[in-house]
Amino acid sequence: MAVTICTNPFNPYEVLQAYEASLLQSLGSIGATSLFIGTMRDFNEGDHVKGMTLEYYPGMTEKQLDKILIDAQNQWALIDSLVVHRVGDIFPKEPIVLVAVWSSHRGDAFDACRFIMEALKSKAPFWKKELLVNQQERWVAKNSDGYQSS
Amino acid sequence: MSIKVRYFASLKESIGRSEDELIFTGPLTVYDVWQQTNPDKDRPNQVLVAVNMDYVDWDNLVKDEDEVAFFPPVTGG
Repeated sequence: MAVTICTNPFNPYEVLQAYEASLLQSLGSIGATSLFIGTMRDFNEGDHVKGMTLEYYPGMTEKQLDKILIDAQNQWALIDSLVVHRVGDIFPKEPIVLVAVWSSHRGDAFDACRFIMEALKSKAPFWKKELLVNQQERWVAKNSDGYQSS
Repeated sequence: MSIKVRYFASLKESIGRSEDELIFTGPLTVYDVWQQTNPDKDRPNQVLVAVNMDYVDWDNLVKDEDEVAFFPPVTGG
């Protein structure tokens, strides 16, 4: 189980490869790996977005993410779980967040991955400030429900 | 007794400070902390509060050397 806050761009696939190398002892029992990778869009609420700054609360962010992973471990039969999240200045197409869950069965992996991501969205203290193409800055007021609005 | 009060994101910008130190005597709730550090500002809607990095309600009592944080809804991920 691991939580990492990154101040620099990261490649989620390289992070996964390195982390899985540490799971060698358990690999025989892993039957399902579920991943979520969130990347930065170049639009939001009808505006073109040039970049953003992600602020966090050092100490509390890690504490809340640890609690979320422990909650997930208590609810589903997980072998391991990982969260990596960017902070600082971020640009479109860059990964913001990686959630990975390893388990023996797909149901546990899918459900726990979704749970961790939704809990992160509502409980982990991160805040996005967008820089628009017209140079205006604005704080993102709240997270969406995760579906394209109709 | 004293506590550290911290503000984040848009709330930090609207208040114009990132932290305060509050000296107090007697029982104090998180809501009292807000009123004493920001006497000219009503309690903002939707602001979340944490004590020692755990979420609490506004009627939670604080104690000496606690760290109280106020911040807007989170928007990570």
